[in-house]
Amino acid sequence: MAIGFNIIYNTTGIINFAQGEFVMLGGMTAVTFHQFLPLPLAILCGVAVTMIVGAVIEILFIRWLHKPSVLRMIIITIGISILIREISLHVWGESVRALPYFTGTSVTSYQLGGVYLSPQVLWVIGVSALAVAALSAFFNLTMLGRQMRACSANRDAARLCGVNAGNMVTLSFMLSAAIGAIGGAVICPITYVHYDGGTPLAIKGFTVAILGGLGNSMAAVGAGMILGILESFSIWVLPAAYKEVISISILLIILFLKPSGIFGSAEAARLKDF
Amino acid sequence: MKTRHFPVLAFAGLIVGIQLLTHFTDSGYHLTQLTMTAYYSLVIVGLCMLIGYAGQISLGHAGFFAIGGYLSALLTTHDLTSLQGSAFVSLLSKSGLLVARTDLYGGHLLNVHPWCACVVAILATVAIAYLVGGPVLKLRGHYLAMATLGFGVIVYRIALGSELLGSADGISDVPGFPLLPGVFITGKSSLRVQNYYVAWGLVVLGMVILLNLVRSRVGRALASIHGAEDAAEAMGIPTARYKLNIFVLSAVFASLAGVLLTHYNGGIGPSEASVMKSVRYVAIVAIGGMANLWGALSMSLVLNYLSLRGYFGTYDDAVFGAILILIMLFAPEGLLRRHLMVDLKRLFSRDAAEGEAP
Amino acid sequence: MGLRTTYNAGHIGKRNGVRKVAITTNLKEGEMKGKMGMVLGVLLAIMMSGVFVQAAEPIKVGAILSVTGPASFLGAPEAKTLEMLVEELNKGGGVKGHKIELIVKDSGASPEKAFSFAKQLIEEDKVFAIIGPSTSGETMKIKSVAEEGKTILLSCAAAEVIVNPVAKYVFKTPQKDSDAILRIFGQMKKMKISKIGVLSGNTGFGKAGKEQIEKLAPEHGITILANEVYDKAASDLTAEVTKLKAANVEAILNWSIVPAQSIVIKNARQIGFKGPIFQSHGFGNIKYVVAAGEAAEGVVFPAGRLLVADVLPKDHPQKALLVKYKKDYESRYKEEASTFGGHAYDAFIILVKAIEKADSVDKDAVRAAIEQLKGVVGTGGVFNFSATDHNGLDADAFEMLTVEKGKFAILKQK
Repeated sequence: MAIGFNIIYNTTGIINFAQGEFVMLGGMTAVTFHQFLPLPLAILCGVAVTMIVGAVIEILFIRWLHKPSVLRMIIITIGISILIREISLHVWGESVRALPYFTGTSVTSYQLGGVYLSPQVLWVIGVSALAVAALSAFFNLTMLGRQMRACSANRDAARLCGVNAGNMVTLSFMLSAAIGAIGGAVICPITYVHYDGGTPLAIKGFTVAILGGLGNSMAAVGAGMILGILESFSIWVLPAAYKEVISISILLIILFLKPSGIFGSAEAARLKDF
Repeated sequence: MKTRHFPVLAFAGLIVGIQLLTHFTDSGYHLTQLTMTAYYSLVIVGLCMLIGYAGQISLGHAGFFAIGGYLSALLTTHDLTSLQGSAFVSLLSKSGLLVARTDLYGGHLLNVHPWCACVVAILATVAIAYLVGGPVLKLRGHYLAMATLGFGVIVYRIALGSELLGSADGISDVPGFPLLPGVFITGKSSLRVQNYYVAWGLVVLGMVILLNLVRSRVGRALASIHGAEDAAEAMGIPTARYKLNIFVLSAVFASLAGVLLTHYNGGIGPSEASVMKSVRYVAIVAIGGMANLWGALSMSLVLNYLSLRGYFGTYDDAVFGAILILIMLFAPEGLLRRHLMVDLKRLFSRDAAEGEAP
Repeated sequence: MGLRTTYNAGHIGKRNGVRKVAITTNLKEGEMKGKMGMVLGVLLAIMMSGVFVQAAEPIKVGAILSVTGPASFLGAPEAKTLEMLVEELNKGGGVKGHKIELIVKDSGASPEKAFSFAKQLIEEDKVFAIIGPSTSGETMKIKSVAEEGKTILLSCAAAEVIVNPVAKYVFKTPQKDSDAILRIFGQMKKMKISKIGVLSGNTGFGKAGKEQIEKLAPEHGITILANEVYDKAASDLTAEVTKLKAANVEAILNWSIVPAQSIVIKNARQIGFKGPIFQSHGFGNIKYVVAAGEAAEGVVFPAGRLLVADVLPKDHPQKALLVKYKKDYESRYKEEASTFGGHAYDAFIILVKAIEKADSVDKDAVRAAIEQLKGVVGTGGVFNFSATDHNGLDADAFEMLTVEKGKFAILKQK
């Protein structure tokens, strides 16, 4: 989730508020395809559809804007997120859907040193680890990945070197949509998907991304874990209804004290536009 | 000097005109929703000041609205009868800050006086706005958007999670607000016209204050912050202080609207604090033209009114989302630059007919 | 699809009903020219005669339902149900010769919109009665509006405060929370359970249930060892159930109406909680069972009999009605009927029955007639209203159900 944020941010400097909707879309389409396709294929189709949606959004709304202001971008992505949400409400209705567990059933669990883990949780951890590994390989080892990073560092310079910056941005939207969709499909047996489920996820994902420092996938995963643990523990002290208050308060405090994130370096942040 | 006052007078004329129209066509029921629209407009012009003139986005203004509304609702409905013996309560009671009233079912309640509650709510908003605004406004761009959004979510969560604030049900049975002897802010049909004028009168007053502010030295300083903050700083303008003061001012506008609308509706629920509400406010400001108070106000009048009448049906949120994207893509300066007014009217001619000439 | 058209255009629907008015406005606008005008004039005459033949004016019924937003799982089936019923009734000639004209307003579960719509429906559309809102919070906000406007309000929300204390014009159709809790506590007594852990969602439904549980538990010799509230959008409740398990509870009682309730069961079973799990009547939607998978097996909960309509004994008074509603709804909308839609069903038939009984379309006469309705069979139970009981249902409206092989079944008493 947070990784998706980072990809788009990396190449464009755009924070995509619609990222949460990608997760929701991934889950929803996978559930829809699962009605007549086996599970792995359904997930694949779901991811593909979400990728296409990501690309379409970029081409329709982002590509032809020249040097949009930050404010404008924020508002556009918020608008997109609302639209996706409302469209899915009318397509899928208000009901809640879920995929079956990938392995085992909802009651199976493994006990690890006193902690109960559902196999699906292991799936989630595994998939996100895989995603991070694949991404860092992609960004560091392949030509395409390097081109994307070049766009992020300096778009004009990259263009001078013959990189098609426009396509790179489209690609980054597709990639982050795909990551979101995979996340949505993997997590869907645990949390279910609901047309309204994107926004809270986006806020949480954003929190994690900022905590970890924007533009840093590894740190995002680490920050995500810290946040998850903090949230779980907070309910022993405070009523569970305030869980989200805790995580966002942490976000605000971090923003006030160290805007580059826990793991980010101060210099790197200063190099960015803001 | 005459031209300066012309728009305000014209607007006041429009307000009176609408009322007279509804009076003669016997469609006074439109005034209820127009009154609610007025209170939302108060939030919007305040926010417009912040976004358009000081260049700072806030995705948490519904939070301030809710702080005002909830505090006032809580204080005016929380029954203090059981605490009557305590020193503090009896002190309050002696100083005339408490009122005894009877509820719908004839039970006796002892509540804080609405005026007192209103003052407390506004003061609390000022305090919170200063507290939050200080560090938040040091941030820029995405971080600023996220921090204000975070603030909004926190308020929403607290409203939703607190028993005291009625959790998901919100607070009901909020009494009317005795503004002046004989003038009550309440949803009662018999006081409809009176309330309509009170609400829009406040909007006009707010507009006059803001317009004067824009034209003053402060306004020019703000414009320079919007344009180039560093340059403004270099010119010796205390940018941080200006930004903070405008932030607090717009928060107070939102909070006051929250207080009064809560008394008007007789209650408040967590939906008033939701992120969607904040986004909606930003959307309306954006449509009206970021730095155009009149634009924001007129858009607020049309869109809030249509939304409150359920004109968009189940597509209510979608309409706002679509508007946001379209405006930002094609007319980032907002739709309402004066000469565009005509085009807009044609585009929305159906809506406009519904909205302005009921 | 039919549903959607209704909403964006409460107006269009209205236009069909009052054709005459629509045409006169056209004339006023000066579109009448020459031949065109003659055609219109003829049309107008035809329609007027049509109006006269029909004689009885349609009765306007407003509905404020949260078709979208956080409570859409309530509002959407309610709106669909009403739409279906109105169509059916009008096809059959309406009630006492009056057709019913339904105006649905989507409040998105926000009280301020409910307030605005209630005012609009009462003052502008001059509706005869309002069905809804779907949530307790909204209902409480517009209770005084309905009282002031002297308009019958048939709420589809569950909270007891709606009808207790009684307000003259306000009624509600869902069963009382306290009755559901009494049934659960009765069942617990049979199973010799006295120490429980309570979980509830942070919605109006969860909150109202939690208050009632806390109030009623001591009277029935039940101790609450742990009491947790979770967020309605929660996706993992392992921490909460672990806390309950650590408190050594004999059973978990979960009170919520949101998807999170199937997460409760799953997480509880995952951490190895073996005791019985009780749910509220908010569990009455087969989707939650499907979502919870195997973990749902053996969950005990009280619910209206709609869920087990097919397996009810033939002689049960509700059997015929429930089976019909289920069949009609499911064949029309291709989705499982839920008890929530049933609340709107009940509200509608109560209104129709009261109009028949009062034999007039006077609001006050019909209001008084509702209070005298006895033995009205609805989806939620058999309604017996009185001047002091504006709900009309008792604990008998609930049946204790359980889940067997992924399906709802009546709990067999051992």
